[in-house]
Amino acid sequence: MSSAPRTLLDKIWDRHLVRRAQGGLPATLYIDLHLVHEVTSPQAFAELDARGLRVRRPDRTLATMDHSTPTEPGLDLDRFRVIDAQCANQLEALRRNCAQHGVPLIDWGDERRGIVHVMGPEQGATQPGMTIVCGDSHTSTHGAFGALAFGIGTSEVGHVLATQCLLQHRPETFEVRVDGALQEGVAAKDVVLAIIHRLGIDGGTGCVFEFTGSVIRSLDMEGRMTICNMSIEGGARAGMVAPDEVTLAWLEGRPLAPRGERWEEACELWRSLPSDEGARYDHGVVLDGAAIEPMITYGTNPGMSVPIGGAIPSADQIPEGSRPSFDKALRYMGLEAGQPLRGQKIDVVFVGSCTNSRLADLRAAAAVLRGRKVASGVRMLVVPGSQQVKRQAEEEGLAEVFRQAGADWREAGCSMCLAMNGDRLEPGQYAVSTTNRNFEGRQGSGGRTFLASPQVAAASALTGRITDAREVTS
Amino acid sequence: MSQETTATPGRIDSVVAPLPIDNIDTDQIIPARYLKVTDKSGLAEGLFANWRWQDPQACAGPRADWVLHQEPFRGAEILVTGENFGCGSSREHAPWALLGGGIRAVVSTRFADIFRANALKNGLLTVTVEPRVADRLMRESLEAQSGGREPVRARIDLGQQQLDLPWEVVSFDIDPFAKHCILTGVDQMGYLVDQEGDIARFEEGHEHFVDTRELVARG
Repeated sequence: MSSAPRTLLDKIWDRHLVRRAQGGLPATLYIDLHLVHEVTSPQAFAELDARGLRVRRPDRTLATMDHSTPTEPGLDLDRFRVIDAQCANQLEALRRNCAQHGVPLIDWGDERRGIVHVMGPEQGATQPGMTIVCGDSHTSTHGAFGALAFGIGTSEVGHVLATQCLLQHRPETFEVRVDGALQEGVAAKDVVLAIIHRLGIDGGTGCVFEFTGSVIRSLDMEGRMTICNMSIEGGARAGMVAPDEVTLAWLEGRPLAPRGERWEEACELWRSLPSDEGARYDHGVVLDGAAIEPMITYGTNPGMSVPIGGAIPSADQIPEGSRPSFDKALRYMGLEAGQPLRGQKIDVVFVGSCTNSRLADLRAAAAVLRGRKVASGVRMLVVPGSQQVKRQAEEEGLAEVFRQAGADWREAGCSMCLAMNGDRLEPGQYAVSTTNRNFEGRQGSGGRTFLASPQVAAASALTGRITDAREVTS
Repeated sequence: MSQETTATPGRIDSVVAPLPIDNIDTDQIIPARYLKVTDKSGLAEGLFANWRWQDPQACAGPRADWVLHQEPFRGAEILVTGENFGCGSSREHAPWALLGGGIRAVVSTRFADIFRANALKNGLLTVTVEPRVADRLMRESLEAQSGGREPVRARIDLGQQQLDLPWEVVSFDIDPFAKHCILTGVDQMGYLVDQEGDIARFEEGHEHFVDTRELVARG
């Protein structure tokens, strides 16, 4: 090992090399944790079965169902409320595959079930220094714990099931430093939307982001997860935050966290992971945290955003080559160049998704709604990230705040983030959504999405228009 | 999929269909509602469903203004697109749907990481070219679409890493291992399975703190 200062990524990468890259061959990278869900795994299990292979490490694999599961309120849920036979078939396939290969499955009806990127950390499966993959691009979420976590396709899901390894080229490192301190009322979601706006949605292609700086350090784990979650929206397969005492405190005592002496051993390893003083990154950018405003998107990708008090750019502010895409996005959204966003009428508010469905997010939304009512004609859905988040929110009285306000309080799942399970926008509807993607049709064919923080989503629900939460709460 | 099975790996000779849109995400290539399948077939009708059908929910009413519904682009095996093709979701259904729809190569200035990896694993070529090359190919192809010139025919030779256009021949970079696998039929899963000895040795020395089975044992 060389003694040159190393980054967090360098340290994790080096610890997981089964074979080094050489002569054009990719490295063989060992995977510590493989998360599995119903949508991207059936063809991978079929591939194993066709070859007569077994899942190599069921003890390092964890499955759940989240994408196509219903979220209607009520605990008597069963497969007949799944929207169609295809979805039911996919859930059945996951059950069958897990049973056949001995893969632990957090099944329907299990009180720990949830969105895979909420459930994993909650159960303590996500730990610093690990390599974590899932057939899902928002696997980047787990990087908040100082893990190298990234999304893979179904062929690679098969590779990991069969060998616990992936063939990989080493990504480049990209330090995204957010200095200073955030203004009151600015959320982690605003920070990551501001980062993506600055770098562009392909700014991180080929890279792993490491988020550093005083703003990142000051965030709780939920906020760090929100930021790492959207790394992929900046083009980076993974984003990470070095583990610190906040990370360790969050992990201690979780069901899969090590205990006793093993905990001490783990902490010693984890404390050695942060990037060394003087470590060099391939790329870097610095943002001033104090300059970040609450953000909202106006277009059809997560880079098309402005501070909430701002206006959609005018055509002459857009580089000529990007204008056709800019015009296409505004046509889809039914908006005009130069138009202010505050006051734009909306139909639906969605609080949920692996980006913003954790307890801290629900608390933030509830604080805005408390004692107030959702505007008439607006449908508000609150979908907790896991059944455990749901239970905690009920115990804390948050669920009651949502219900009293007239919001729909639902069961955990991906829900309207990608509209696979029947929860979706109608064509032409406008939604303020705490999700990660405002792509055309993402929340339902013809649906139009404004991405924002839980605070802005809740404030907008109260007025039926895009609203700066600071105006409601002050 | 007939083109796929009869064609020579790594060699394509086709009309080029233009999609002059930047940042085409995988939700546009194949919307989430088509991801309920448990195999890889039947995804072609969902390919670009939101843009291609008058009624995207029902996949009904082919839109006349959609390039792949127009002659001579109907059977095109090569797409030229705006930058950052394949961003967003990691769904491998995107390359499956493109291949199912007869597309064997996409030419762009930049591809999203996960899409590129998924595409190459399925033999769908991601041909990355400089903006100058993409711009001219797009311009000429759009002109062909509006009837201003004959269709642009291109040849792609993966072995030579060459894109042969009527006005120039350009070379392109591609992951050498992916290229090798496509050209020789090397099976990546088998290649990994053969590393079992190294994997087992690695595991002996690798510190690890999680056993996921504890979650179900506790029930």
